[in-house]
Amino acid sequence: MSEDNKNTKETIISIKEMNKFYGDFQALSDINLDVKVGERIVICGPSGSGKSTLIRCVNRLEAHQSGSVSVNGVELHQHMKNIDKVRSEVGMVFQHFNLFPHMTILENCTAGPMWVNNMSPADAHEMAMNYLNRVRIPEQANKYPAQLSGGQQQRVAIARSLCMNPKVMLFDEPTSALDPEMVSEVLDTMTDLAESGMTMICVTHEMGFAKRVADRVIFMDEGKIVESNEPIAFFESPKSERTKKFLSQVLVH
Amino acid sequence: MIRDTVTDEVLLRKPKFIALLFSIILLCFFIIDPSQSIMGQLLEPALGDPEQSGVYGRFVTSFMLAALLVLNLLAISFIPHFRLQVIVVWIQLLILFLSFFYSFDLSFVFIRSKIWFMVTQGIFTTLYVSAISIVIASCIAIIGAIAKMSSNGFAYAIASFYTSFFRGLPLLMQVYLIYLGLPQIGYVIDAVPAGIIALSLCYGAYMTEIFRAGIMSIDAGQWEGSRALGFNFSLIMRKIILPQSIPLIIPPTGNQFIAMLKDSSLVSVIGVWELMFLARTLGNKTFNHMEMLITAAMLYWMMTMVLELIQSRIERKYQKRQSR
Repeated sequence: MSEDNKNTKETIISIKEMNKFYGDFQALSDINLDVKVGERIVICGPSGSGKSTLIRCVNRLEAHQSGSVSVNGVELHQHMKNIDKVRSEVGMVFQHFNLFPHMTILENCTAGPMWVNNMSPADAHEMAMNYLNRVRIPEQANKYPAQLSGGQQQRVAIARSLCMNPKVMLFDEPTSALDPEMVSEVLDTMTDLAESGMTMICVTHEMGFAKRVADRVIFMDEGKIVESNEPIAFFESPKSERTKKFLSQVLVH
Repeated sequence: MIRDTVTDEVLLRKPKFIALLFSIILLCFFIIDPSQSIMGQLLEPALGDPEQSGVYGRFVTSFMLAALLVLNLLAISFIPHFRLQVIVVWIQLLILFLSFFYSFDLSFVFIRSKIWFMVTQGIFTTLYVSAISIVIASCIAIIGAIAKMSSNGFAYAIASFYTSFFRGLPLLMQVYLIYLGLPQIGYVIDAVPAGIIALSLCYGAYMTEIFRAGIMSIDAGQWEGSRALGFNFSLIMRKIILPQSIPLIIPPTGNQFIAMLKDSSLVSVIGVWELMFLARTLGNKTFNHMEMLITAAMLYWMMTMVLELIQSRIERKYQKRQSR
């Protein structure tokens, strides 16, 4: 379905000639990336290649030094006034969940809608329960994060982001910190989300997920986008030597 | 601390150790010469007049005292329960202390005539000066901690100058400087407000560091998680970071309060009628200095014991909440 829509749908994230430095070290160089509404992108690459840094630049948890990053038509820069508005429209799921440990699961989910979007407690509660149902843990609503397994916590984190009604979801290695038996429950939730038409950028090492869900797979190395292609072409006939080598290492198992 | 499951044999079960301990205690007693002590008087029928009994009397008295002490230690070591052991040792030490004070030949009539005033005037003033000061100091500390972590040069400079200055001067000097210095610029200030200002500023500087450490110890992921949801700084601070740092901040703040309770004695120099001031002045006329000082000391000690109890309750409550 996305094949036909891709050209007609509008661009929601636009990154042009973006460079990022940590001191003298160049973390990202000359990144160009456009993401259209409804597109699902998987970013992979060896550790230290700048994948996480790239998606953290999209909601400006990290600053870029040159080039431009625009989200929904708003360009991100140091002195912008409405960063909180942009961030509230970009959901982000982290490797270590980053749930608020002093709040219940339900409170974690209702906090954003109530404090940022001024939603009434009753509406926020209803919406939170709705999303907790969708990630299949409504019965945990009144527990605290520490009482849940890693996989459950990550699903709560997804529900928490969804409660903000985001236009884009960013996933920063969402399964890397999980015990192996919990990976699939989180990937299933992400697959459901992708099927509902959510725009997603996922940094992940789960190549099976990339094959099944992605519209486009991007391979990064040393801060550059090395290759970007549709999943079938990407996995069956990678163009660059670096990509071939990486895939041969990842797909052995 | 996590205790090992394997422990060494109790030292007091080893004959060699007991012999060594006994010899050392005996030597110590022999050096300080207890023949004039109560023990010496008790042994008078056997040894004769303590002053006449010489080295022999001195040795026998020391021997008896050392034997008594070691037997007592042995007896305590056989008490099976940890808590009971602690209580017995506490009571014994307390009795020793009290008999030490008792030996001063204090006038209890005088103490009884003054103690009510010391409690109503002295303790009351000490407590309310400390309580107001710790509240103001906490407010200063939050602002100071945020300023010290800020990227704003002005805020950082002012906060670091403040903490450096007030941590760098003796509290007594700050009390004088505020009480005697403010009138120089035309603002005459009463003793009690001056004392409260000095205590607040000084402890605010120390507590700035406590609050800063508490805030810094919260995982960076909490900041990122809340920012990603679109929370602004004040929201993140109030709802996410401070609620999580409070359990870390409370125990050292309780400590500061106990320390402040005692440091508030320094404001007695500018004539605030708190416990220390009364202890110094009440006994002056009749030369009952020791009575009043010891009474005040006991009152300070009792106050801090109560506060320590409250603090450990609060700490336990927060520990429970963390492990839920």
